[in-house]
Amino acid sequence: MKIKQLKTKFLFISLVSLAVLLTSCGGGSADKQAQGGSGKSLIGAGSTFTYPLYSKMFHVYHQANAVKVNYQSIGSGAGIKQLQNKTIDFGASDAPMSDEEMKKSPGAIVHIPTCLGAVVVTYHLPGNPVLKFTPEVLAGIFLGEITHWNDPKITALNPDAKLPSLPISVVHRSDGSGTTYIFADYLSKVSPQWTKGPGRGKSLNWPVGLGSKGNEGVSGLIKQTPGSIGYVEFAYAFQNKMPVASIKNKAGNFIAPSLTSTSAAANVDHMPADLRVSITNTDAPDGYPISSFSYVLLYKNQSYDNRSEAQAKATVDLIAWMIQAGQQYSEPLQYGKLPESVVKSALTILKTVVYNNKPLL
Amino acid sequence: MQSNHHISLTHVRPFGFKERGFKRSLLLIALLVIVLLIAIFFTLVVGSLPTIKAFGFSFAYNRTWDPVAGQFGALPFLAGTLLISFLALVISTPFSLAVALFLGEYYKRGVISGIFKNIIDLLAAIPSVIYGFWGLFVMVPVVRVLEMKMGILPYGVGIFSASVILAVMIMPYAISLSRQVIQLVPEELKEAAYSLGATRYEVITKIIIPHTMSGLFAGILLSLGRALGETMAVTMLIGNTVAIPTGIFAPGNTMASVIANEFTEATGKLYTSALIEMGLLLFIVVTIINMIGRKVIRHLSFDEYKDVKK
Amino acid sequence: MAEKTAQIGMDLIYRRKRKNSLFKTAVIVFSAISTLPLLFILFYIFRQGIAAINWQFLINLPKPVGEPGGGIANALLGTVLIVLVAAIIAIPIGIFTGIYLNENRRSPTSYYCRLSVDVLQGIPSIVVGIIIYEWVVRTMGGFSAVSGSLALALMMIPLIVKSTEETLKLLPYSLKEASLSLGVPYYRTILKVIVPAGMGGILSGIILSIARVVGETAPLLFTAFGNPYMNANIFKPISSLPLIIFNYATSPYNDWHQLAWGASFILVVMVLILSMITKLIEKRWKIQY
Repeated sequence: MKIKQLKTKFLFISLVSLAVLLTSCGGGSADKQAQGGSGKSLIGAGSTFTYPLYSKMFHVYHQANAVKVNYQSIGSGAGIKQLQNKTIDFGASDAPMSDEEMKKSPGAIVHIPTCLGAVVVTYHLPGNPVLKFTPEVLAGIFLGEITHWNDPKITALNPDAKLPSLPISVVHRSDGSGTTYIFADYLSKVSPQWTKGPGRGKSLNWPVGLGSKGNEGVSGLIKQTPGSIGYVEFAYAFQNKMPVASIKNKAGNFIAPSLTSTSAAANVDHMPADLRVSITNTDAPDGYPISSFSYVLLYKNQSYDNRSEAQAKATVDLIAWMIQAGQQYSEPLQYGKLPESVVKSALTILKTVVYNNKPLL
Repeated sequence: MQSNHHISLTHVRPFGFKERGFKRSLLLIALLVIVLLIAIFFTLVVGSLPTIKAFGFSFAYNRTWDPVAGQFGALPFLAGTLLISFLALVISTPFSLAVALFLGEYYKRGVISGIFKNIIDLLAAIPSVIYGFWGLFVMVPVVRVLEMKMGILPYGVGIFSASVILAVMIMPYAISLSRQVIQLVPEELKEAAYSLGATRYEVITKIIIPHTMSGLFAGILLSLGRALGETMAVTMLIGNTVAIPTGIFAPGNTMASVIANEFTEATGKLYTSALIEMGLLLFIVVTIINMIGRKVIRHLSFDEYKDVKK
Repeated sequence: MAEKTAQIGMDLIYRRKRKNSLFKTAVIVFSAISTLPLLFILFYIFRQGIAAINWQFLINLPKPVGEPGGGIANALLGTVLIVLVAAIIAIPIGIFTGIYLNENRRSPTSYYCRLSVDVLQGIPSIVVGIIIYEWVVRTMGGFSAVSGSLALALMMIPLIVKSTEETLKLLPYSLKEASLSLGVPYYRTILKVIVPAGMGGILSGIILSIARVVGETAPLLFTAFGNPYMNANIFKPISSLPLIIFNYATSPYNDWHQLAWGASFILVVMVLILSMITKLIEKRWKIQY
């Protein structure tokens, strides 16, 4: 009996140690690019928001240059993580990387904006009137301070709309998303209470409302719930013909979201050289205030691991094409085109990307 | 040549080497499965070390989940998970018991029971995502009408909707075990009762159910194990609000769905680690439930039915 | 007096009979309700899916939004390849573990092994994805079809183990005894007598496990990754049906939603066919002892 118990114990201990070995092996010996790459196929991953645009761009690029680009929309955060783990050639993110993330990366990373996106406020009310919001009212609604549609603060802005006494149900994204980041970034800039409360992030601790997964989840819930309000990407609202609100921008104009007003938001004088910047609450007088860049990310020094020069060159060429010739595909798919000034600065950044200290462009 | 001769001589211990080799490789593969599990466990523990260090046990009972401020507590998710699993069990048990009796007692064979068995098997085979889609498009509007009639906020999604779809999804598991134990009730016992003039209803309530109590309980426990880990369908239907649910129509969130929702966008060590610890916690809860279920079944198969078993 | 007692007795019998038939009705009604969800689900998927399906859909590669004629050929090939490799990995492990458990029903190793199998089965699929990402993708330095297969294999093993054990448990002990007494070595007895005798059950268990994992999305996100081009190299990223359903369903475009419904339909049909094959096998190779 005793021997049997001992045996079991021994068995258990050896199993545990074996398992620990396996575990440490998995975590430790990471980070090796299997092959240098021929430059004929590239892998990118990240933002779901830009997936439709990128799939169009890469389709066209493949036909013209015989380079296969495999882009997968696994989420901006995951895209950044994959780039840090060096499992992909380039990442894509709706929000610029934070200083903390930059510090944790194994090498310097550059941000190249590829298009502009806008987040729109949409709602479900009888008759679907066109509404106007000031930043204060918007923050009040999403903080749960304004709870009914016939609140004087809303009716004062929209004297022509017949607003019912319905309770407001706020709908937000449940999954971590760049859309939420852009919206929260904007509200943080315009409302001190928002900064103190939920703050800025891809997932928030929401004071009120229902969460739903993805743009289609949010819009589905809004379509089905009378009295609801939420935020989705512009392309999504446009495709599904949802009512959208005009928002008062910094210059004091009520701006309806459109491709022109989104692009206009990026047309400002004091753009930082690395373009790692938030353009929400823009200074531009005709710019829509909840607009943002979407970026591709790549390592500044491309000669990492045993990456081939052909692979590095192909990556940089692709991105240069995206911000120049590729721009013609943005607007048909409801993405904002980059203004000339931004394309120029982006090219300057791209020229600093090197392989063995030689610029690739 | 020499070795051949040798083998033919050792006929006293026939096939010894291959014999042991075979047995040993069987054992090795069985051990591999255990090792896999332990390795998974350790990977999860290593992944959740940062939050374990930062929050300790308060992770399990803290109710704030604020990725922006770096505050992570699992209580709302624990509450949501337990609540929907429990409700799903309450909803599904009468149905699964009815089907189990239908197949195990009333119509043991025949065309109808054949069709029924197929339907139940198909229920188990439909991918979770498809349950979610269907729930969102077909069931949620119905629930919303119901909620409007009851005068509560017509969210549609929430604890109730998630529990109903979950009930459908776990039913096959409860049914298959319950049916088996019901069929294991000794025929003599039932016949004795019938010969005393008992009706079928009386046989079921006085003989079959008391006799199979622990087996039915185990079936329920094992389907609870399934319910706890269910991800996609629940994520689509629960409303994803990080708060301890205030009622059965309120939106909530579960441990599996918060992982599915936030893992791809989680940046920062603490955030990722909090989600992995959630996975670890789920893993532990499921293991405990399964262990209890196992215990019950073991008792069942080794004591009560030792003689009856085919 | 006697009449009255008889009357009460009759009443009692009627009441008991009524209860009996009432209960039977309840059982039948509840059972009937249980089948409704499946019928509803199938109806909905078929109605939405059939509209999206045509020959082009099956043989073309995906196209960007707005261009007609996009298809899912890459995903079909990917799904078949991933599941095939997963099956090759999972089947031997699953069957041998099942044999071990059946041969050593009450050893402590069996107890822990059974427990492990149960827990493995209960692990949420997204956690499986995370684990394989840490173990395989980071070690190999990139996404690949084979890492997706490993994730699916991890989910298939418990199912195969269970069905194998359940099947072998039903075989009479006399079968094994007969073989052994004829001087057939143990390993041959297992491989040539016991396993073939239980083949029907084991095979149907395998196919059922394939049906269960063929629709899994979460474990493939960080492993197989996806690929818009045709790929048959299992060490490169590859697409699969659940992945494109996930991508298309979460996009803002109606064209792509149609593709997602079409792909869902194909997936459900695949699952249904696999389930039917299982049934056929069970029927043909029913264990009769």
